[in-house]
Amino acid sequence: MVRCFFNSKWWLAKVIFEKMKISLSKIILLTSIIFIVVTFFLALNKDTKYNTKDLVGKEIGEFEIKFLLKDEIFTKNNLIGNEYYLINIWASWCFPCKIEHPLLMRLSNLNNIKLIGINYKDKKLNANNFLKKLGNPYDILLEDKSGTNSVIFSVFGVPESILINDKKMIIKKFIGPINEADYQFIKGKINEK
Amino acid sequence: MRNNIFIIILLIFSFNLNAKENSGLDIKIFKNLRCIVCQGQSIAESNSDFAQTIKIVVRDKIKQGNNEQEIYNFLAEKYGEWIVYKPKFSYLNSILWIFPYFILIFGGTLVYKYFKKKNY
Repeated sequence: MVRCFFNSKWWLAKVIFEKMKISLSKIILLTSIIFIVVTFFLALNKDTKYNTKDLVGKEIGEFEIKFLLKDEIFTKNNLIGNEYYLINIWASWCFPCKIEHPLLMRLSNLNNIKLIGINYKDKKLNANNFLKKLGNPYDILLEDKSGTNSVIFSVFGVPESILINDKKMIIKKFIGPINEADYQFIKGKINEK
Repeated sequence: MRNNIFIIILLIFSFNLNAKENSGLDIKIFKNLRCIVCQGQSIAESNSDFAQTIKIVVRDKIKQGNNEQEIYNFLAEKYGEWIVYKPKFSYLNSILWIFPYFILIFGGTLVYKYFKKKNY
């Protein structure tokens, strides 16, 4: 019965094609053209920019980074106690870092959050002058001269900030300077508890 | 004496050869990594800050004894699968990998039938 149904349908299609004088090769050609056009249309419209969606909810990787001002090493295991951490990657040569600096100062006044600053590809003297002039919002100040340690935090430019909770999970990653809305977001998150 | 000098020179050059062999893997990896701040280029071609950093990281990873796939996995985890040029074989990518072979077989059959019909 089923076979008969398929056969009859195939036969019908054959008759229609023959009557309309459409050959099989033309159909194949048309199908492949449509396929190529659709594929290109979809692929070229796809947003291929780097985004941080996949990082949210993941635990941060193991790291060992030197302090900026002393010869000690800060590791992932040192991250205990506080509820939330904001890892901020900055440099004195980076202009947007100056723009976000007042917001970092305001964040440092909040209770449930600690700020970790990673000084990225910078000179110690310039970094010190930057903090002396504008104030130091960081509870923990680390140094990444070669930029290789920042790869652990998926950094590809400065400034970037990563908000992590007490389970060391990434809540959000901010690319570029944080703005007022980001500040409110962080404030809302840390007051949830 | 002459032979000894000859052997020493050969040895010195063979050390260089050894160094060259080691540098092959990192360049191979660089060529397969996309520079995500300058999307038209690979890490090997780019001189951007990001590319320089990734080059150091990849070399460090090779020194630590990681193999090629481990390095790709590490970077893909951090920056997304987009950073690797050669796509992974997965459910979503399967059509991408299988389709060329499918076309080859399909086209081959068509050509075969065509010539058979014409009796060449």
